[in-house]
Amino acid sequence: MVDWFTIALYVGLLVFGWFSVCGASYDYGEVDFFSFDSRAGKQLLWIGCSFGLGFLLLMLEERIYEMFTNIIYVVMMALLVVTIVIAPDTKGSHSWLILGPVSLQPAEFAKFATALCVARFMNSYGFNIHKMKDFFFAVGIVVLPMLLIVAQRETGSALVYTSFFLMFYREGMPGSILFSGISAVCYFVIGLRFQDVLFAHDSTSVGKFAVMLMVTIFSIGMVKVYCNNNKVVRNLSILSFGATGLALLFAYQSIPFDVTYVQLGVILFIVAYLVYLAIRDRIMNYAFIATFAVCSLGFHYSTDYVMNKVMEPHQRIRINVLLGIEEDLSGAGYNVNQSKIAIGSGGLTGKGFLNGTQTKLKYVPEQDTDFIFCTVGEEEGFVGAAGVLVGFLVLILRLFHLAERQPTRFGRIYGYSVLGIFFFHLFINVGMVLGLTPVIGIPLPFFSYGGSSLWGFTILLFIFLRIDAERERMKR
Amino acid sequence: MKDYNLEKRKYILAGAMIVIVVVYIIHLFTLQTVSDDYRKNAESNAFLNQIQYPARGVIYDRNGNLLVYNQPSYDVMVIMREVQDLDTLDFCNSLGIDKKYFDNRMRIIKDRNLNPGYSKYTQQLFMDQLSGEEFAMFSEKLYKYPGFYIQKRSIRQYATHHAAHILGDVAEVSKGDMEEDEYYLPGDYIGKLGVERSYEKQLRGEKGIQVLLRDAHGLIKGSYQNGEYDRKAVPGKNLTLTIDMELQALGERLMEGKIGSIVAIEPSTGEVLCMVSSPNYDPDLMVGRKRGKNHLLLSKDEWKPLLNRAIMGQYPPGSTFKTSQGLTFLQEGIITPSTAYPCYRGFVYAGLRVGCHGHGSPLPLVPAIATSCNGYFCWGLYHMLGAKQKYGNVQTAMTTWKDYMVSMGFGYKLGIDLPGEKRGMIPNAQFYDKAYKSDWSGLTVISIAIGQGEVTLAPLQIANLGATIANRGTFITPHVVKKIEGEELDSIYRFPRKTLVDKENYEYIVQGMRAAVTGGTCRGANLSFTEVCGKTGTAQNRGHDHSAFMGFAPKNDPKIAVAVYVENGGFGATYGVPIGALIIEQYLNGKLSPASEAKAASFQHRRISYGSGAR
Repeated sequence: MVDWFTIALYVGLLVFGWFSVCGASYDYGEVDFFSFDSRAGKQLLWIGCSFGLGFLLLMLEERIYEMFTNIIYVVMMALLVVTIVIAPDTKGSHSWLILGPVSLQPAEFAKFATALCVARFMNSYGFNIHKMKDFFFAVGIVVLPMLLIVAQRETGSALVYTSFFLMFYREGMPGSILFSGISAVCYFVIGLRFQDVLFAHDSTSVGKFAVMLMVTIFSIGMVKVYCNNNKVVRNLSILSFGATGLALLFAYQSIPFDVTYVQLGVILFIVAYLVYLAIRDRIMNYAFIATFAVCSLGFHYSTDYVMNKVMEPHQRIRINVLLGIEEDLSGAGYNVNQSKIAIGSGGLTGKGFLNGTQTKLKYVPEQDTDFIFCTVGEEEGFVGAAGVLVGFLVLILRLFHLAERQPTRFGRIYGYSVLGIFFFHLFINVGMVLGLTPVIGIPLPFFSYGGSSLWGFTILLFIFLRIDAERERMKR
Repeated sequence: MKDYNLEKRKYILAGAMIVIVVVYIIHLFTLQTVSDDYRKNAESNAFLNQIQYPARGVIYDRNGNLLVYNQPSYDVMVIMREVQDLDTLDFCNSLGIDKKYFDNRMRIIKDRNLNPGYSKYTQQLFMDQLSGEEFAMFSEKLYKYPGFYIQKRSIRQYATHHAAHILGDVAEVSKGDMEEDEYYLPGDYIGKLGVERSYEKQLRGEKGIQVLLRDAHGLIKGSYQNGEYDRKAVPGKNLTLTIDMELQALGERLMEGKIGSIVAIEPSTGEVLCMVSSPNYDPDLMVGRKRGKNHLLLSKDEWKPLLNRAIMGQYPPGSTFKTSQGLTFLQEGIITPSTAYPCYRGFVYAGLRVGCHGHGSPLPLVPAIATSCNGYFCWGLYHMLGAKQKYGNVQTAMTTWKDYMVSMGFGYKLGIDLPGEKRGMIPNAQFYDKAYKSDWSGLTVISIAIGQGEVTLAPLQIANLGATIANRGTFITPHVVKKIEGEELDSIYRFPRKTLVDKENYEYIVQGMRAAVTGGTCRGANLSFTEVCGKTGTAQNRGHDHSAFMGFAPKNDPKIAVAVYVENGGFGATYGVPIGALIIEQYLNGKLSPASEAKAASFQHRRISYGSGAR
């Protein structure tokens, strides 16, 4: 039995998405949304094809996917390699295959191939995620397309593959790896983003201070979670926050100095204390936490060093722009500012379909692709934009439900991969438009204009629905 | 093979995702509904509001002669955000300004203290009132200066050199004007004085707006929603003044070299026929870019030409005030027309003496007015304030007296349609209680009976007293605007107000004023072709006495009431009476006889020496 609820959500989001493309691509005077010369008309064609594609995928035997997984993966990887070589330069990236009137982006189709492949591999007999070899092989399946896409200069699309780690986590990867990864991203983004913002009479960098504080909080938090020694937690908390607070007070009231040195001292003390506890009580967790803290510091100082000493200025600028530090008017800073203006001007109920001014007058760049959420926010207001977010959340939670009810590991892994990818797109795309996450150009599923991404997401979703439809039979 | 420990992780993952989506929704909410900034920002992005200035209403006199009209002028506007690659030197040459002026203007525009409405997205006034040639020169090169625009405006032009105080002027809005009324934007014009100020709302019309859509490259993409939000400019309404410009011009001629005022009113309508305040100035001085300099010069002039003495001057009315006293005493039954009071060269009682000139004694009311007897009215007031059995105490009597005065339009602003009117002074019981610690009587305040002491009136109020007597007890609030195009006048300028005195009692005062002209103090106003009624005033003053006259004509069916007040002019008969007579003649005949013309010329050239002290 096919899950009609998911299909209804899919159709609903597609319809809403199409109207948004109409709004975003609409130019004054042009009203024929059904003409194939217009973006809206073309998108309608892609949507029609998607329905056909979805229907086809539901018709196929479920076993075919598992059977042909490896072939599909190999073919897709080959296609990615070919693309690097033969794709023409479009805005600096080499990711588009041009076949006559149609342009395709193979990276969008590599997602389902990778998801199938990693699902099949992890479903194989004897796979154990805790075995280094098995785990690294699974990670390798994911990292290979990622590297190929980076080679195509589509860093944004490549980053999507990090969402597979959510699936790995569900399948038993130690939480500390996920946590460390997220911590690293936080250190990197926050540390760089606020590096040049100073406080306490311009003596201390906000970025550095925040990173040091995070290291301290994470370390003490881990002691609480993994060692459950409340006395140690209390003592360390009083010591570190007390010392930091006093240092801040001193910097503000008498002599301004770099407070992060005190924080560094505090962290080093924590490390030493944890090592002492590990030796005294013979509890390895203390040692692990100490390692975490040391690695955190190391990571922070090395990114600092690499950014400021190793990288060329133009590389540094690219990263800064990605993080929204560079506010040049023609660059990413302009985009985010304009997209916030567009969304903010929508108000509670929006300006009405086709009545948005910011998107239509081309103030917002990439208005029908990466920044399509602006059009939703401007024309449909808070009600429409929040509605879209809730719609996606319901879809993702539904996918959780479907994934968890799979009788096979294959189905569940594939399901988690799908929901992870959807979530990552939602998280980064909407976050970027709202100015909350770095500007990484990836589409909003079902909304952004473009056949490749729409078909990619359709294939991803409908293969899962096909697998899900077979679950009763598989149980028997 | 389910691992329940791992299954718990779905909650962690799903929970984290829910939290992130909720954070996004909250952020969306604050972005979209809490702050208005983004909406405004978007509007200034996308909408170019092209303001269309309406033509300001023109002004005619009561005979349909054009007084004030408009002439096109051109303002240079700037949108700071769009200024780029400006060749400053070339730009300055095209406008005929220097670099210093340019830098200074730019600094002032950007300074939010001096220019509170500043936004780099909207048009700011860079330079105003370019002449036709300057505009032609500059507009040819305009394409070279992105961000600069030309805004067509109009400036006031005067077809007359008279009546500056009534016409007033327009100037750029001040910070205060903009705070008071959101209609005004920096660079807009507003009426500052005279009817330009009091009829600002009618004269200015309604600014129009054309909402144009502008894309990210600054290109105009047409009008927004097919012009649904556009507003056509509504032209200002034309005004017709009550002023007779020839009469006004004569009045101004007669007052040359004198400080004072002439006010003439048509009694039946309350229309002000002329309102002269001397010294005055040419309204053309207040036009355009020269306004600032001239305004400063005039405001520093020790003769205070900017002051409209007709409504702002507060003078002791002197004997003209006696008419109001007679009316009050008659109405209150303190006197009858036949009551006679003795006067042997003044009011002498209980050691107090108010002097008077020689005339028969005792006198009843009519000859007392004709000869302007001080004693008569002092006795009247003394008896009124002392009428214990009637009023109980002096305070009540005083309050009754004050009520009469107020009903005649004294002590409060009359409500003329000009800004800056002063109310004059009519003392009341509380005032004297305070001044004399409640120990006072009719004798203490006796000089108010003859228009001296604490009593002060504006010349307009004196003229209005004349009109009231002419009307025998009613008046319509004096006003200088006769007609507003397509709009009715305010009801206070259409319906009469009544004094507390009955019509019959006015007849005795009219008789007295007629007698003053035929055989009393106002003989100089005895015109052959009409029956003039009049009353002189000689107001005592620290320096030389002020010369005043109040009169109307003809006696039956009056057409004009006039008040003349000449500071330090001496006896009422010296300046007040002859000037008043000339005004009456000019208005009733439409011209002066040759003899009167000669008289007018001689008055025009008479100068009163005021010394250099500021007054």
